Amino acid sequence: MATTGVHSPGRAQIDARTLRKDRWWLQPLLTFLALTFFVVYSAWRVFSGSNYYSAPYISLFYSPCLATECVEGAHPGGPISWWMLSPALLIAWIPLTFRFSCYYYRKAYYRSFWLSPPACAVAEPHGGYSGERRLPLILNNVHRYAFYLALILNVVLTIDAILALQTPQGQWGYVGLGTLILFANAAALWLYTLSCHSCRNAVGGRITHFSKHPVRYKMWTFISKLNEHHMLWAWVSLCTVVLADFYVYLLASGRISDLVFFSV
Amino acid sequence: MGYTAKFKVWRGDDEGGALQDFQVEVNEGEVVLDIVHRLQATQAPDLAVRWNCKAGKCGSCSAEVNGRPRLMCMTRMSTFTQDETITITPLRTFPVIRDLVTDVSYNYEKARMVPAFAPPADLEPGDYRMQQVDVERSQEFRKCIECFLCNNVCHAVRDHEENKTTFSGPRFLMRIAELDMHPLDTADRRDVAVNDHGLGYCNITKCCTEVCPEHIHITDNALIPLKERVADKKYDPIFSVASLFRRKDKREAPGATPGGSTPR
Amino acid sequence: MTELERHSFDVLVIGAGGAGLRAAVEARLQGKRVAIICKSLFGKAHTVMAEGGIAAAMGNVNSNDNWQVHFRDTMRGGKFLNSWRMAELHAKEAPTRVWELETYGALFDRTPEGKISQRNFGGHEYPRLAHVGDRSGLELIRTLQQKIVSLQQEDYRATGDYEANIKIFAEVTITRLLVDDGRAAGAYGYYRETGDFVAFEAPAVVLATGGIGKTFKVTSGSWEYTGDGHALAMRAGATTVNMEFIQFHPTGMVWPPSVKGILVTESVRGDGGVLTNSEGKRFMFDYIPDVFKDKYATTPEEGDRWYTDPDNNRRPPELLPRDEVARAINSEVKAGRGTPHGGVYLDVSSRLPADVIRKKLPSMWHQFKELADVDITKEPMEVGPTCHYVMGGVEVDPDTQETRVPGLFAAGEVSGGLHGSNRLGGNSLSDLLVFGRRAGLFAAEYVDRLGDARPKVTESMIVDAENEALAPFHVEGGENPYSVHSDLQQTMNDLVGIIRTGDEMREALDKIQTYKERVANAGVQGGRAFNPGWHLAIDLKNMLLVAEAVAKAALEREESRGGHTRDDFPGMSAEWRQLNIVCRAHDGGVEIERQPLVPMREDLLELFDVSELKKYMTEAELPKGEH
Ligand SMILES: Cc1cc2nc3c(=O)[nH]c(=O)nc-3n(C[C@H](O)[C@H](O)[C@H](O)COP(=O)(O)OP(=O)(O)OC[C@H]3O[C@@H](n4cnc5c(N)ncnc54)[C@H](O)[C@@H]3O)c2cc1C
Ligand code: SF4
Ligand code: SF4
Ligand code: FES
Ligand code: FES
Repeated sequence: MATTGVHSPGRAQIDARTLRKDRWWLQPLLTFLALTFFVVYSAWRVFSGSNYYSAPYISLFYSPCLATECVEGAHPGGPISWWMLSPALLIAWIPLTFRFSCYYYRKAYYRSFWLSPPACAVAEPHGGYSGERRLPLILNNVHRYAFYLALILNVVLTIDAILALQTPQGQWGYVGLGTLILFANAAALWLYTLSCHSCRNAVGGRITHFSKHPVRYKMWTFISKLNEHHMLWAWVSLCTVVLADFYVYLLASGRISDLVFFSV
Repeated sequence: MGYTAKFKVWRGDDEGGALQDFQVEVNEGEVVLDIVHRLQATQAPDLAVRWNCKAGKCGSCSAEVNGRPRLMCMTRMSTFTQDETITITPLRTFPVIRDLVTDVSYNYEKARMVPAFAPPADLEPGDYRMQQVDVERSQEFRKCIECFLCNNVCHAVRDHEENKTTFSGPRFLMRIAELDMHPLDTADRRDVAVNDHGLGYCNITKCCTEVCPEHIHITDNALIPLKERVADKKYDPIFSVASLFRRKDKREAPGATPGGSTPR
Repeated sequence: MTELERHSFDVLVIGAGGAGLRAAVEARLQGKRVAIICKSLFGKAHTVMAEGGIAAAMGNVNSNDNWQVHFRDTMRGGKFLNSWRMAELHAKEAPTRVWELETYGALFDRTPEGKISQRNFGGHEYPRLAHVGDRSGLELIRTLQQKIVSLQQEDYRATGDYEANIKIFAEVTITRLLVDDGRAAGAYGYYRETGDFVAFEAPAVVLATGGIGKTFKVTSGSWEYTGDGHALAMRAGATTVNMEFIQFHPTGMVWPPSVKGILVTESVRGDGGVLTNSEGKRFMFDYIPDVFKDKYATTPEEGDRWYTDPDNNRRPPELLPRDEVARAINSEVKAGRGTPHGGVYLDVSSRLPADVIRKKLPSMWHQFKELADVDITKEPMEVGPTCHYVMGGVEVDPDTQETRVPGLFAAGEVSGGLHGSNRLGGNSLSDLLVFGRRAGLFAAEYVDRLGDARPKVTESMIVDAENEALAPFHVEGGENPYSVHSDLQQTMNDLVGIIRTGDEMREALDKIQTYKERVANAGVQGGRAFNPGWHLAIDLKNMLLVAEAVAKAALEREESRGGHTRDDFPGMSAEWRQLNIVCRAHDGGVEIERQPLVPMREDLLELFDVSELKKYMTEAELPKGEH
């Protein structure tokens, strides 16, 4: 039996790793399954390099589409001509880094993938632990940069949603199911991004005297309210991302056609 | 109203011990600590337990009930079913002294390492001026009753005895955050947090927040903001460059609120 | 047997509540080596439970406030039995003591100008209590604890040893004060963890052990409140005064039974809560005593206006001094107008919006939610009187806090005098700071005066102390001390409680005699390491001595005043006001003596209207020449 952790000499000798009787393993298991699904799904979509555009919709994994070989209509299209791989790889690392270094997702994967710890007061299986003090995990401190870039991406995705108010032929005045999905996705991403802890710090958290910065204090108060539900926004936006991309995939691969609510 | 409940209570000392079975009467409205007292009065007069206020205010009666770190005086019997066996053990992160009593000196040693409040040298008693909005964040942390449940549950020390030398646990990282956000504190505490108290060990898995009987948002309001403040200094050239041109908020005149003396 | 652990210090502080910590800080600032000893973990002393705040006439909220007004309120609250000199020092020094806490890092709630906010409390004419929500005591103790850490850090920088000048002995119970030739020489006790004994040698000892609540059944106090300091001091040759005055806080929880007695802070009323009986009536208007007739509102409308316009209205009678409110509740319940669980209703839910309640009274909200399943923002609380504070305590010199035993000092709840027959809310925390500091200061001065002529701890003192502490182990199969304790508590509650009569108290004294015998025959099981049965057996002896002092003094005082109400002597008597009852240990029991009060200084007397003084004093005592 291990002689560190709860079995260290001097501590109360209790064999069980935990005496919790509730279903503490359920939460990490569900998180594990959900995150694994997302990773597999997005890897497939990002590497496939196909079925990412169906006028007027572009899949968020591919927007902005920066390679010359982007399919026709996938804006803005092209400056990077030497890129041979899937154009998604040019930008997908941004949301990936953002989510990977997100304080909420860190909690989620440390618990469900690393089992460090699997749940509170349940002993973890590892012999040693150094937290986020060394490479590679110390890199999670880049989160704020990912946040700045994610803000830019959010602007792009919002523009994508607005552009989706055009008919496939490029005329303004169009609302399809895809338009709604793109708007919902953009909204969810804004909520997720603005409720970010780095955002909360930047707008006001880093100040010591709120009383001298009333506007920033107001913003901080607002962001703090969003931040309380950061986990919720993290999951909601994850779902809308999959939904938005999958809808475009279905359209682009010709499996369905858009449900049109309004068109000029 | 009363019924007989089944209990398992860990009894022993640093040389060994075991869960011992008891059957005890339980009456309406009682908490776990009442039952432990009844055991003392009727079946086990030398059962060691630490308590004081019996009102959730002093943080003495910390233990693990059914594997979960709790205050015994705030754990109502009505949260269990009548046929459930309730297990009580001492805290499993600190050395046991006897029965439910553990040696929590780790916490006092860490407390002693946190550099004390450093007010401006020339500010006289009675001249302190602080705005309510500026003290509120630190006030949340000062609700702490030092039950040490958070330090007990934190896997960085619970599961890794060897980290006790380098990591102070959520309670004292929160204390550092409290001072860092104190409107009249003049010290920069970020290096201390990382180097002397092991902020990097925290992987923000939030168990401390889950168990805090004062419902302090330890992770969201203290630890993550502290990590962000460290990142401001260590990992963020944008903020560093900006701060070359103007004094950081922390280093700006403390106490410079209306009517306050403003030391320069 | 292992070698006895021995320590030597300049100043020994017994008790780590507000008073003890403040004394230790002061003695250390005076350059002394200090030990702090406490029964529980460091930072858990009873002071953490204080909710309402610290009374200090800073005048931050109402600028009319000053020390004279605070002094007057304190004397009125104590029905003029207070040590006026202590009341004067207390009122004058409290503001500085509070401001000092800010320099140690305390974060009180603020006024819009950024000053310390102050709240209303029973018996205080102006908003006066510095507070942090309803966890003011926690703030006080944590701040002082952190100040001690900062001093230890200073010592560490200077000497490389954190404990060079302040050492903390947590979970050590003192069982005896050591006295050499009538002077304090040190103390003897045991580690709760191991049961090992330890002896301290020190020329100056500060007692700051708090109160006696655990002698009563329904109490807001914790297990520490076994009257150790009162008993230790009496056994060491010191005296106690005013022991008959016990404050029953009007609002303790009454349901469920296991939390009966836990305090419901007075701030609930200070912030607008009202008391009603089962008929829905705000009954306090019927209970305004004559001496307060012109100071309190006579209609609910006026009372309600006072919260927003205190200058032109009188305060509601819910904010009368605690003894008045406690008696009123007692009468309502006796008259059959109580709640199902034998209390009355205290309601804020109909008076303040839910979010304001949660903001202003967060720990009350929690307490009721978690312990009683009651949401105080939606329904009224059920409350009733609970034993809360002992006004009586070790008799001390008002300036230096020295007892009749040279070198033995007392401060905080364990000392007597400041509060007279009844304490105002908030005056305890300020008491701790003002007189804790004074005790530390004069203890240090006493040590300086002594020079090398320090008292000695002898071998025989230690052997005696050890035998006494081990006695419970030598009883074969004796009675369980828990049952004696619960009988004592019941007796005190029933027979020496809020309303007293001579016969009942004589009965109580008889019973106390039998308990003494039972304790002598009480045995304990198990070993010495962390053995609560043994601890209780030792504490019980203290409780019995204290209970006897309370009952004897209460039987002696044939009048009703403040925290002492006699059914057989319902009136307040000006003659009795001139007398204190002093208790000392004698032959295993308590001996009492009447002792005249020192007449109040003329300039202080002049702070009152003669018409008011007439309600309390004999003709001869009134200021000369004016009537
Ligand atoms: C619920 C509640 C609320 C209150 N609210 C207020 C309020 O709002 N305002 C106010 O002014 N007052 C209030 N009071 C009263 C006030 O809190 C106490 O009177 C005060 O805290 C007593 O402080 P102290 O320093 O004298 O002793 P305590 O804080 O009680 O400390 C006593 C110390 O002595 C130690 N000790 C005791 N016996 C021994 C021994 N034999 N050996 C070694 N150590 C020993 C204990 O371990 C402890 O450390 C309240 C009281 C209660 C119960
Ligand atoms: S959030 Fe950090 S400090 Fe809190 S329990 Fe988890 S690892 Fe420990
Ligand atoms: S932060 Fe919460 S859990 Fe941790 S010691 Fe304080 S009160 Fe206890
Ligand atoms: S913390 Fe989750 S996105 Fe920044
Ligand atoms: S006994 Fe004080 S918190 Fe439980």
